[in-house]
Amino acid sequence: MSAFIAKRLGLAFLVAVAVSLIAFFLLRISGDPALAIAGEGASQADLDLIRRTYGFDRPLPIQYLDWLWRTVRGDFGDSIYFKTAAGPLIFSKLQTTLVLGFAALLCALLISIPLGVLAAIYKDSWIDRLCLGLAVVGQALPNFFFALLLIMVFSITLGWLPVSGSETWQHFVMPTLALGYYAAPAFMRLIRAGMIEVLEADYIRTARAYGLPAWRVILRHALRNAIIPVVALTAVQLGFLLGGSVVIETIFALDGLGYLAYQSITYKDFPVMQLIVLLLSVIYVVLTLAADIANAWLDPRIRVAAV
Amino acid sequence: MPALKTLAAALLAAACVASTAAHATKKDDTLRFATDQAPESVDPFFNNVRIGVIIGANVWDTLIYRDPKTNEYKGNLAKSWKQVDERTLEFELREGIKFHNGEEFDADSVVFTLNFVGKADNKVTTQANVNWIEKAEKLDKFKVRITTKRTFPAAIEYLAGPVVIHPAKYYAQVGPKGMNEKPVGTGPYRVAAYVPGKSITLEKNTNYFKDSPKGSAKIGKLEIRFVPDQQTRMAEVLSKGVDLIMHVPKDQAEQMGKVPHLQVVSGETMRIVFLQFNTLDGAPGKALKDPRVRKAIAHAIDREGIVKNIVGAGARVLHSNCFPSQFGCTDEGMTRYKYDPVLAKKLLAEAGYPNGFETEIFAYRERHQTEAIISSLQAVGIKAKLGFSQYAAMREQVRANKSQISHQTWGSFSVNDVSASIPVYFAFEADDISRDAEVRDLLVRGNTSVEPTLRKAAYKVALTLIAERAYTVPLWSLPVFYAGSKELSFKAYPDEIVRFWEMSWK
Repeated sequence: MSAFIAKRLGLAFLVAVAVSLIAFFLLRISGDPALAIAGEGASQADLDLIRRTYGFDRPLPIQYLDWLWRTVRGDFGDSIYFKTAAGPLIFSKLQTTLVLGFAALLCALLISIPLGVLAAIYKDSWIDRLCLGLAVVGQALPNFFFALLLIMVFSITLGWLPVSGSETWQHFVMPTLALGYYAAPAFMRLIRAGMIEVLEADYIRTARAYGLPAWRVILRHALRNAIIPVVALTAVQLGFLLGGSVVIETIFALDGLGYLAYQSITYKDFPVMQLIVLLLSVIYVVLTLAADIANAWLDPRIRVAAV
Repeated sequence: MPALKTLAAALLAAACVASTAAHATKKDDTLRFATDQAPESVDPFFNNVRIGVIIGANVWDTLIYRDPKTNEYKGNLAKSWKQVDERTLEFELREGIKFHNGEEFDADSVVFTLNFVGKADNKVTTQANVNWIEKAEKLDKFKVRITTKRTFPAAIEYLAGPVVIHPAKYYAQVGPKGMNEKPVGTGPYRVAAYVPGKSITLEKNTNYFKDSPKGSAKIGKLEIRFVPDQQTRMAEVLSKGVDLIMHVPKDQAEQMGKVPHLQVVSGETMRIVFLQFNTLDGAPGKALKDPRVRKAIAHAIDREGIVKNIVGAGARVLHSNCFPSQFGCTDEGMTRYKYDPVLAKKLLAEAGYPNGFETEIFAYRERHQTEAIISSLQAVGIKAKLGFSQYAAMREQVRANKSQISHQTWGSFSVNDVSASIPVYFAFEADDISRDAEVRDLLVRGNTSVEPTLRKAAYKVALTLIAERAYTVPLWSLPVFYAGSKELSFKAYPDEIVRFWEMSWK
C-alpha cells in the first residue's frame, strides 16, 4: 500500500508541475501582458517601462523558473490588476467557492441517489426512462443556460430569489442547483448500475427470503454496497465542481475563486491566474489521489495492478 | 454557445412581461446600479475602465467643469483661470470647500496632486492624462500656477476631465494604495463602503459646496455592484434587483423597452468607429496601397443602412475621423463617400481588381457590425475574412504591420478635443499605419498652439487630407443604451459619464 501511495504522490506532484508549466506558457502566448496592462493609447515608452517593471522582457523559461522558485518559497507575487498581494486575495475568495462546491456536491447527491435507486428498482420501466432522461438533460444542458433558466423562473417570474450576489444563503440557492444538477448524472448512472448489480446478488435474494421489508433491503443492504464506487467519484467530482464554478460564479456574480479567475483572465492578471490554476490543480490532484487511495483500499486488485 | 446565449437572452426578454418581483428602492432612497467591470483601483488616476471614470466624477471634483449640455467650461474647484502664456495657466481657487474627511481644500491640494501624478515614477495608469504637466506651484493659499511641458491647448479639457484633485495631507500620508482602500474626494458623493471586485456604496455628501456647477446630489444612497455577465445584469433590472444598467445591446434594449416598469434611454457616445487601412511598406495587403481600392471600400459600405438597422438609435454616420463635438473636429468640405456599389466596382476595376480581391478584417468588438461590413464588401467582390480577437491582441498585430483592414473604435478618454483622437492614428505614433508626413505636420501645428483659430484651421486641413486620401473609412458613432426603473429620472451624455448627482426619483 505504501509503495502504491508513494508512486501516486510522485505522479500527483508531476501533474501539478506540468499543469503549472502548461498554464504559464498558454497564458503567455495568449497575448502580451504589457499591452493589456497599458490599456488603450499607450506609447512604446510606457510599454517598455511596464515590461521592465514586471520582468516581461526576460526569456519565458527564466520567467517560469523565477515564478516557480518564488511560489515554492511562498511568495505569490502581487495582482497586476487589483494591486494587492495575490495570495491573500485568492484565499479571501476561497470560502465562497468551497461553500458553493460542497453545497453543489450535496445537491448532486440528493438528486442522484434517489433517482439512481428508483431507476434501478424499476429497471427498463417508464420510471427508469424518466430518470435516465433527466440525467441526459442534466449532462446535455450547459450549466450557464440552465442557470439563466433558473433566473428566469425564480427571480424574474416568481420573484423568490435574488439574481446575483453572495450576501445571504438565498444567493447560493440557484448557483448550487445549476452546478449540482450538472454533476448529478455521473453519480446517478453509477448508482443505477451498482444497484442493478447488487439487487441481483445472492445475499439480497436471501435478505428478501428472510421477509425483510423492501425499503430495508434496498437502503440497508443494497445501497450500502452499491454506493462504494460513488465515494471515490465524489472526491473527483468535488474537484470538478470547485474548478468548474468559473462560469456559474460569473453568471451569479458570486464573489468567489471562479469569479476571480474570470476577472484575472479578462484583465490578463497573470500572477493571480497562475496561482488559481496552480491551487485548483493541486486541489484536484489531491482529491484524485484521495480517490485512488480510497479505491485501492476498497479493492485490493487496483493496488496490486498499479504497483 | 453564442446561439444558446442568444436564446437565453430572448427567453429573459420574453419573461419580462410576466415579471412580478418587487423591491422598493425609491422608498429607501437607494439607487442600485450594476456594471460589468470592477475598477482595479478606485483612485481615478490608477484605473482605465469606464466605471472608474464614473466613480471619479461622482466622488471627486476637478478644477474646471465642462457643462455637458453646452460644452462650456465653468469654474468648479477653481473660481476662475487665465492663460498667462503658451505654457502657463493660473487658477484662483474657491474657498471654504472641505474634503469628505474634513481636510480643507486649498492650493496645497492642487499642487500636491498635480506634482504627484505628473511624475512618471508614480505610474499613473493613463499617462496621456497627466504627462503634459511640468509642475504646479502655490502662489498663495488659494492661487496656483500650472506649467505644461509643451504648448498644450487641451490642458483645460484634461483639467475638466480625468485630472481630479486629492486632499494633500491625506494623499501624502496614504498614497494611491490608501486612497483606493478609503477614497476621499470633495465630490457630491462620498464612499461609504468598498469591497474590491464586488461593490462600492456611495452616500450623498451633505456638505457639498453650493457653488459647484454640478449641483448637490438628490438621491441619498448609491449602491454600485460589479456583475460581469450581461444576461445577469438584464435579469437584475428585470427583477427589480437593480434600478439602472448601461451598455445594453440594441436588440435587447428594444425588448426591455416593452417591460412596464422599465424605461430605455439611448444616447450617442464619443466613441467613434472606423476602418483603418494599412498602407505601410511590407504590409500584407498590397491592394490597399492604391487609394482607388480604399475609396471603393468606402463607397461599398451602406453606412446609413447599417446605422439604422444594426447600430441603433443615438448613433450617427461620420464623415471625418473624430467625434463632432470635439474641439477642432469638422466634416465641412470633406470628401463624402456615399453608398454606391456600382462606383465601388468601377474603382476596383480601374485599380486592376475587376473581380475584387481577398483580404482580412481585424476586429475586437461589435462583431455584428464587422459582419455587416464584410457582407457589404462581398457585394462588390471583396472577400474579407474576419480576424476577431481581444483588443490587446489586435493592436499587437496592427503595430507589427500584420493588419490589412482593422475595425477600430476610439473613445478619446471622453476628452472633448481632437488632440485626444486623430494624433493617435496619424501623428507617427505606434498606431499610425499610414505615416503621411504632411498630415503629421498639420497635427503637430494644431497640437502645439494655444490660438483656437490656428488650431482649428490646421486640424481641418489634416482631416481633409485624411478623407481625400482615404486612409480610413469613418463609419459611425456608437450609441449606448441604458435600461432603468421608470421611477428614476436620468439623462444620457456622449461622454458616457453617469451623473448620479443629477438623478432623482420621479
